[in-house]
Amino acid sequence: MAASILDGIFNGLSIGSILLLAALGLAIVFGLMGVINMAHGELMMLGAYTTTVVQRGFRLFGDGSPLFDFYIFFALIAAFFVAALVGLALERGVIRFLYGRPLETLLATWGVSLILQQFVRSVSGVVTASLIVFCLSFFGGMWVLKKRTNFEQIRGWAIAALLILSGVLARVVNRLLAGAYGLAVTQPWFGAQNQDVTAPGWLRGGIPMGAYQLPKTRIFIMALTILCVLGVYLFLNRTTWGMRIRSVTQNRNMSACLGIPTQKVDALTFALGSGLAGIAGCGVSLLGSVGPNTGQNYIVNTFMVVVVGGVGKLIGTVVGALGIGIADYVVGTGMLANLTNNEAVEGFFRFFATTSMAKVMVFLLIVVFLQFRPAGLFPQKGRSVDA
Amino acid sequence: MTVQASSERGGIDWVKYRPLLIEAAIVGAIALFLILVLPALLSGFRLTLMGRFLALAIVALGIDLIWGFTGLLSLGHGIFFTLGGYALAMHLKLPQPPGSGLPDFMSLYGVTELPWFWTPFYSFSFTAVAVVVLPALMAGLLGYVIFRNRIRGVYFSILTQAATIIFFNFFNGQQQLFNGTNGLTDFRTVLGQPIQNPGIQTSLYVLTIVFLIVAYALCRWLTSGRFGRLLVAIRDDESRTRFTGYNPTGFKVLVFAISGALAGVAGAMFTLQSGIVSPNTMNIAFSIEMVIWVAVGGRATLVGAILGALIVNFAKSLLSERFPDIWLFFQGGLFLGVVLLLPAGLLGWGRTQGVELYKQLMGQRRVATYPSLEEDPEVEHERKNLGD
Amino acid sequence: MNGKILEIENLTVSFDGFKALNKLNFSLDSGELRVIIGPNGAGKTTFLDIITGKTKPTAGQVRFKGRNLRAYSEHQISQMGVGRKFQTPRVYLNLSPRENLELACNRVKSVWNTLIRRSPIAERRTVGGLLETIGLDHKADMKANLLSHGEKQWLEIGMLVAQSPDLLLVDEPVAGLTDEETERTGDLLLSLAESHSVIVIEHDMEFVRQIAQGQVTVLHQGSVLCEGLFDDVQRDPKVIEVYLGQDAEHVEGTAQDAIRAELAS
Repeated sequence: MAASILDGIFNGLSIGSILLLAALGLAIVFGLMGVINMAHGELMMLGAYTTTVVQRGFRLFGDGSPLFDFYIFFALIAAFFVAALVGLALERGVIRFLYGRPLETLLATWGVSLILQQFVRSVSGVVTASLIVFCLSFFGGMWVLKKRTNFEQIRGWAIAALLILSGVLARVVNRLLAGAYGLAVTQPWFGAQNQDVTAPGWLRGGIPMGAYQLPKTRIFIMALTILCVLGVYLFLNRTTWGMRIRSVTQNRNMSACLGIPTQKVDALTFALGSGLAGIAGCGVSLLGSVGPNTGQNYIVNTFMVVVVGGVGKLIGTVVGALGIGIADYVVGTGMLANLTNNEAVEGFFRFFATTSMAKVMVFLLIVVFLQFRPAGLFPQKGRSVDA
Repeated sequence: MTVQASSERGGIDWVKYRPLLIEAAIVGAIALFLILVLPALLSGFRLTLMGRFLALAIVALGIDLIWGFTGLLSLGHGIFFTLGGYALAMHLKLPQPPGSGLPDFMSLYGVTELPWFWTPFYSFSFTAVAVVVLPALMAGLLGYVIFRNRIRGVYFSILTQAATIIFFNFFNGQQQLFNGTNGLTDFRTVLGQPIQNPGIQTSLYVLTIVFLIVAYALCRWLTSGRFGRLLVAIRDDESRTRFTGYNPTGFKVLVFAISGALAGVAGAMFTLQSGIVSPNTMNIAFSIEMVIWVAVGGRATLVGAILGALIVNFAKSLLSERFPDIWLFFQGGLFLGVVLLLPAGLLGWGRTQGVELYKQLMGQRRVATYPSLEEDPEVEHERKNLGD
Repeated sequence: MNGKILEIENLTVSFDGFKALNKLNFSLDSGELRVIIGPNGAGKTTFLDIITGKTKPTAGQVRFKGRNLRAYSEHQISQMGVGRKFQTPRVYLNLSPRENLELACNRVKSVWNTLIRRSPIAERRTVGGLLETIGLDHKADMKANLLSHGEKQWLEIGMLVAQSPDLLLVDEPVAGLTDEETERTGDLLLSLAESHSVIVIEHDMEFVRQIAQGQVTVLHQGSVLCEGLFDDVQRDPKVIEVYLGQDAEHVEGTAQDAIRAELAS
């Protein structure tokens, strides 16, 4: 009995820590800017793909070599920066035009997530080349045109014309390269199939705990989560930029009046949140194979964490994620059904005792929870809320 | 929306009803074109697609009602769409007469007795009601538990999205009840007629158009009166409506339920024409796609919703045939482009810039003033009174 | 129209420990026009939030026409006859002034009634009359987001009147208006006060002088500091103190003077 409770808590915490890792960046971004980033899952996916790339690189040293065992740390750093850079580009290129319009942001970031999914599927030498050509000609063209004094008048036309022109140019380059070099450049780097990540030697297997084996990868992810939460906490509460982020979270206009560069704060926060998604992706990649749809599996759950936890406080995200994780595991394994002798109740819990049905139950629980705490566990109070 | 203006004068005269009659005539003409002329112009395959897309236009109207007018971004209309589809499909899968056997897939999972909730679907009239009422009830319930707590904005969107994935999981997991991932397909007869019969298919096409017209009329009625203005008021400033004495919860629940019912009808018509309903239409992507149809056409314009659904879906079928690997790029770009560059949609663009562009091309130059003199009612007022 | 229309006893509201209102007692006679003044952060807007049901009291109670308001939500309170005008004008920007007024004028605000029934002729006449009163008759059918700030303020006051409440709560009606508009607003409020009970919250002392014929209430740090006729209140040393800071004699050191000087510059 005690062992099964322990098992439930450990596994629940394990699921919850993954959720927490994934939701951390989302919660910061949502708390600060009120932006729901539908591409958050795809940023995780990019982190996971970065891990596979780093791993491929370290394979050059040989699979058994001591250096290979430590690829994961390089992968974590690389994943953070790749995701952060993409996030930065996303913020500067799309989201900053949509502040104050959260529903539109949601749609736009969904578009970005589709593009990123397709990107990892079809990225190859030619695709990269045409993408570079496209960006160079489009943004270069805009840069040149912006110098004209009558730019504002011809803006719409300029964008349309440049889009078409750059598209054609990219297509031509694509065709030329593909014709000249053939499969060497058209072969997708990843393709649609899933990529496998092998955990480094020291993370394989498990630590025996009584009758159970605690998988080392899960312990690693929990440690990683704790580190990230601590890191974020310290960053937000002990650094200048952290203080700026908190001040903008609480009162954007006042912060701007006090000379805090809110635009920079936005960009930085978004990059930070995206970087955290990258780290989460790297951690997740240890649990199984990585595919273009990896991110999709996480977004809804991470959103639920934000809804349950409430906005603006880190502790809400932590409690929300761990609570959902534990509830998920406890319902999914049918532990509740074993606790009762009543046949009807047992049958009821058995009905929900699969992974997918557990999600149904947890969602119902969340909806019930929201009837009592509509603003989440740790809501913000005061006159400014809900103007 | 201009129809209402003339009703202010009161009294029943022809002038009052003329715009409405003209509109009805236009709708009728378009319907006749779709029913009589289009089959001659399009190949059989494209015509089938047209029929399905017209069904999708019905759900687009529902989305427009809830998002365009009331400002609630539902990412859960896939649920209602699919529920409508399942309700009809359950009727089609049940061997007639009642009691003559089980739906074919059930034997695969060793089910020997018909689950209780399948039984009422033997009756066609019950099914016809269920197609509308079931999604409406589900939407009403979901809406009620969310709206009564004043959960709104992105929270509403996220929760409806979560509900979508939950339903997706539920239907996928219930093989014995709903054939799981495979969904319900392989329908043979509808009302005793073989469903593949070209005559039946044509009448389904016509029926879809009829439903679309009914849905359009319903939305037109809902959005043009005081009720419609209150929906816009809720979109603009919900808490203000409370201080004016309205309880927005009831209005939102009602309009969400109506919107769900429209999605249910659309799902049923789509299922009939495509011959399959499966949990796939409850994935996250499909529900968001519905929103982009409306966004492309122009939200808060009913015609825009219908046009958007048709344009995007035809574009999708053409592009994904020719460039299957980069279709997602296009779709992603569409989301970005519409939100960033064309926030009012095609129709909204046509009304403002489009008209301007046309004038420019026709050689009419106009002086830019702010606020523009042509639109300033004070100028208008003075012009009228001075009688120049 | 006799007796108290609004009674507030020992009202306390706290947000996470911060007391926005602290043991506030207040009452308003039927048909009275009361002006409430007070420095920033005195709790004036929270005071209105409580009456309209937007915020629920932590302790104490609010009675409107003898009924405790705690159990009612905003729309019910509004239907009982409390109308509110917000500090920044809140009108429905995508509707025309006429439509704005029609929504406010609607007598039975149930879903069904709004859906099925057309607005009666009488209501449409009221709306037409109101449009003239607030001077928006020639802009009646353009979108409200094209109106100027002052016009929006007037439209919102018009909506308030269209609701025909028994108690009008008016939050800074002349913020951002020109002098002429301010005076017209004052006249409008005075004429409304003939048939309604009105609470006006205001900063502009000139305007307060124009409309305050009866009692004026001064709020400070969530409680009533004093009540009385405007001229008496103006001379009250406590009021001068909270508006101008502590009396110079009690200040030791010059730090506060320095701050005051800086604020003044």
